[in-house]
Amino acid sequence: MVSIRFNQQWFDVSDDETVLDALLREGVSVPYSCRSGACQTCMMRAETGKPPEDAQKGLKPTRKARNHFLACLCKPEMDMEVVLPTDLPPPVKATVKRLLPLSADIIEVTLTTEIPVDYRPGQFITVMSPDRLSRSYSLASVPEEDEGLVLHVRRLPGGRVSGWIHETLREGDTLECSGPLGDCFYVPGQPSQPLLLIGTGSGLAPLYGILRDALRHGHDAPIRLFHGSRDAEGLYLQNELRILAENDPRFDYTPCLSGSEAPPNHAQGRAHTVALTDIANLTGWRIFLCGHPEMVQQARFQAFLAGALLDDIHADPFSLDKLETE
Amino acid sequence: MTDATQNTQNTSLYERLGGAAAVDAAVTIFYRKVIADSRINSFFAGVDMEKQAAKQKAFLTMAFGGPHNYTGLDMRRGHARLVEMGLNDSHFDAVLENLGATLQELNVPAAMIAEVTSIAESTRNDVLGR
Repeated sequence: MVSIRFNQQWFDVSDDETVLDALLREGVSVPYSCRSGACQTCMMRAETGKPPEDAQKGLKPTRKARNHFLACLCKPEMDMEVVLPTDLPPPVKATVKRLLPLSADIIEVTLTTEIPVDYRPGQFITVMSPDRLSRSYSLASVPEEDEGLVLHVRRLPGGRVSGWIHETLREGDTLECSGPLGDCFYVPGQPSQPLLLIGTGSGLAPLYGILRDALRHGHDAPIRLFHGSRDAEGLYLQNELRILAENDPRFDYTPCLSGSEAPPNHAQGRAHTVALTDIANLTGWRIFLCGHPEMVQQARFQAFLAGALLDDIHADPFSLDKLETE
Repeated sequence: MTDATQNTQNTSLYERLGGAAAVDAAVTIFYRKVIADSRINSFFAGVDMEKQAAKQKAFLTMAFGGPHNYTGLDMRRGHARLVEMGLNDSHFDAVLENLGATLQELNVPAAMIAEVTSIAESTRNDVLGR
């Protein structure tokens, strides 16, 4: 007999019993619906232990890689500590190692944590401000190449957390953060599958991490990045990306401007429109979408209709433009 | 749908169709048809596409006679919001039409398409909250 830990409590799972049945038997309330492995409502994640492969049937590769499983199919073979996919790991203390303006309203923040954070480029962490407001920021860094966690924080009008980061935070300060979370990252394998990366605003952060992670893993199919903004001031890391594109035949970079008239070497239009016009058939492509929620939603829809499989479309519902509404 | 006799019968249809692999093959085609269909796609606007596709998969599994634990009550609850938005027989018919077209595209014999359609048809009153 094995046991699972959920919500700070251990539960026994009888032979031939599923994780879902065991939790429901004990009166624990967890989401579920079809109970036959199709609807994915009962998805959980193992923080320790490994779920059996049968319990990961039909999940996206990114989810499998992070030990997600379906509770209604999972007959555990070993003890596991499980959480709901949206549960945040406990907070850790971090020090601001470096602050570097990238554009008029985007600053690069490098954090080092007391306890190492095991993450994949493109995932996000949640940062807590002194007045206990938390905001999620995507990781632009690659653990094998960069020291610390690198975030791109855009200053938003009236944004209390982004305002604090831009105006008050100094190198050497400490803060609390937790994570990582998110399923928008590169999974090694299938190196000949072309990659399409579309981002707006600071949605470039996760894509910058994903891009370098894919190159580092020896991805050998085309990798095309479309970064969009209303006007030229909203684009950043342009030099780095142009140099990368000039030196690596696999990578191609298209900055897109939707508002002002596009100067040479820029495309005119919204990033996802430019991308989907340029690449009309997305059958077989792997796609990453980061940025404005509306863009992500439209691009996902259009990419699916253009032939991409939903399992190959990665987007981060929280790594949107971090719209602060307070 | 959950009584033992019916499940036994359905399992055989499910196997004849090709089981889980057949559902996987059908779900992408089916979902593309559904969200491109202007008669019904307003019901899907703003909905998380991955969650929606997973639900379509659960629906196809059931219609293919595969394993499921859906009850009439689940169907009612799951569609109540859509019924409020005006979901009616014409929309249900459109979904069935897309289902049939999907199976034709996959070269499923007409007799089996009829079986699938009749299972899907059996949920009509629950889906429409009657």
